[in-house]
Amino acid sequence: MPELIDAPAPSQSAGSDQPNLNALERSLRKPRTFFSVLLSILATLLTIIALVPLFSVIFMLFYRGGSNLVASNFWNLPPAPFGEGGGFGNALVGTLVMVGIASLISVPFGILAAVFLAELGPFSRTANVVRFCAKLLSGFPSILAGVFAYSAVVLVTGGFSAWAGGIALSILMLPIVILTAEEAIRMVPSKMREASIGMGATHTQTVLRILLPTAMPSILTGVMLAIARAAGETAPLLFTALFSNYWIVTNNQLDLNQPTASMAVLIYNFSGVPFENQVQLCWSASLVLVLMVLVVNLVGKSLSSRAPQR
Amino acid sequence: MDLDTSSEISRPPSTFQRVSDRGFRILSLGFAWLTILVVLYIIWEIGSKSTPAMKTYGAGFLTGTTWDPNTGEFGILPEIWGTLYSSILALTIGTVFGVAVAIFLTEGYLGTVVYNTLRLCHLQQHRLFSKAPTACETLLKNLVELLAAIPSVVYGLWGIFVVIPMIRPTCNWLHESFSWIPFLGTPLSGPGMLPAALVLAVMILPTIAAISRDALVSVPPKLREASYGLGATRWETLLAVILPTAAGGIFGAVVLAFGRALGETMALAMLVGNANRISVSLFAPGNTLASLLANNFAEAGGDENKVAVLMFAGLVLMAITLVVNMIGALILQRATRGLKGLN
Repeated sequence: MPELIDAPAPSQSAGSDQPNLNALERSLRKPRTFFSVLLSILATLLTIIALVPLFSVIFMLFYRGGSNLVASNFWNLPPAPFGEGGGFGNALVGTLVMVGIASLISVPFGILAAVFLAELGPFSRTANVVRFCAKLLSGFPSILAGVFAYSAVVLVTGGFSAWAGGIALSILMLPIVILTAEEAIRMVPSKMREASIGMGATHTQTVLRILLPTAMPSILTGVMLAIARAAGETAPLLFTALFSNYWIVTNNQLDLNQPTASMAVLIYNFSGVPFENQVQLCWSASLVLVLMVLVVNLVGKSLSSRAPQR
Repeated sequence: MDLDTSSEISRPPSTFQRVSDRGFRILSLGFAWLTILVVLYIIWEIGSKSTPAMKTYGAGFLTGTTWDPNTGEFGILPEIWGTLYSSILALTIGTVFGVAVAIFLTEGYLGTVVYNTLRLCHLQQHRLFSKAPTACETLLKNLVELLAAIPSVVYGLWGIFVVIPMIRPTCNWLHESFSWIPFLGTPLSGPGMLPAALVLAVMILPTIAAISRDALVSVPPKLREASYGLGATRWETLLAVILPTAAGGIFGAVVLAFGRALGETMALAMLVGNANRISVSLFAPGNTLASLLANNFAEAGGDENKVAVLMFAGLVLMAITLVVNMIGALILQRATRGLKGLN
């Protein structure tokens, strides 16, 4: 009976010309069918409720942050408690500078370590330990990166600085870069690697000319995800970069050895104050920060999805 | 037969190439080692800075309940309690929703609904809409992932201005009506455990949903088909076959999310109330280890004793999260290994 074999799911196949199939029909009056439908509805409801916070956050960001966001916010300094206007210009610069420092440290570091993990010694004992350490770091509470930078940089140099903040962020970026770059290099088809070695290229030439260029889109995805995470982090900056109401300049020159403002710490500091203007600014800064993080995230994801699948 | 080495194409690597190859390998190995050293350095740095406090306070630090910089008396039991209590509350809520989302995503409910809607309009074969069911599922998956991309300080802000005002009337009504239940023993005067745990649940939900979804997807389809073939309904299959098979992966997801919740700082520092006390009431303010560090480190300044005490608290936090994360990773590893036999 080919019709029986080809029949779709039993619930839809109450074929009137085949009386023997009627027994398979599922009626809601049967407790077990009813139970199944009930749980399906429950799962749907829970999923819808789980998405409510996301829409609520986005709505609030645009409703409270978007309505007061003006262009001058981007280049003005934070307002005094009873002040008018003001902006988050120095915090924006501070976030960019510190994420830049963190990227300069963690990206070359992470990619070179990943080359070792994926290519030069993938099954060595060292590689296993490094992988374990990277996973350990990726589950590391972000505040402890701040504690470490405080102890290793702030206490040694004697003051809060953009360097300390950047180093704290680089510890959080490092495992993301290592683990994604390793995965990306592994994904390069082995025939390309073998062809290169078969042509007589050294390992270094294979890595630099074949593997890294081919894996670059996926590596960049990992880097972008790491940058997005670092840009939104507050805890590691609270007591490494601290905060500042001024630009990070001394005598008209960029000076990274002083307390530095960042978007995330600005939001934290202004969230608990009773002054309406500062709270408004806090929402506007949140909107800008979330948009920055989302754009970096989406750009990163689109990079690897457009990479040719081989 | 001699190889012709005179041709430009087939010459052996030059000395420079051999040396640079060697150099590059050593460089790469060096950075791999540096990763290990960074982890060891972090542990050593925090450990060695906290030894003075360990000598002064010893185990009493873990069981003391006062935190008074003026008298120099320090104990972090309320913080340990607050960390565990808020994380477990958040985990309970987050697991229910996270697993529901994972089931919703893997069972293809959304795709079925979209497909059936299209079929009602006879559009399911249409060029423009034939990909709509898959597209909707991907969109939903990305929306859940978006939850993880929002910075925690923004969640904290949202908690202060949206969650607390929203739940406050209900919580206070519950307190007035059922104040004999210990969990509802105090009114919600603003920040407290419940709002902190709710926001924390939202933050760990994407972790649970994503890893549970991976675990559910990796259940071999023949198990599902065999169960359907025996006449089981969708949920009989889920509860009796699929969830038990994926249980290891889901449990690993929950443990990893627990590790994340324990170390989460900002949302809790903004919402938990920073009160140094132990209470089972959901509405009472409390404190956590991470927010204790966040609130006190900047002012510690040159006070070496206070820095040492805070480092000790950081060490305790690190020990708890490391143990939880390792257990989670081990469970996930064993779960994936266990599934291999079924394929």
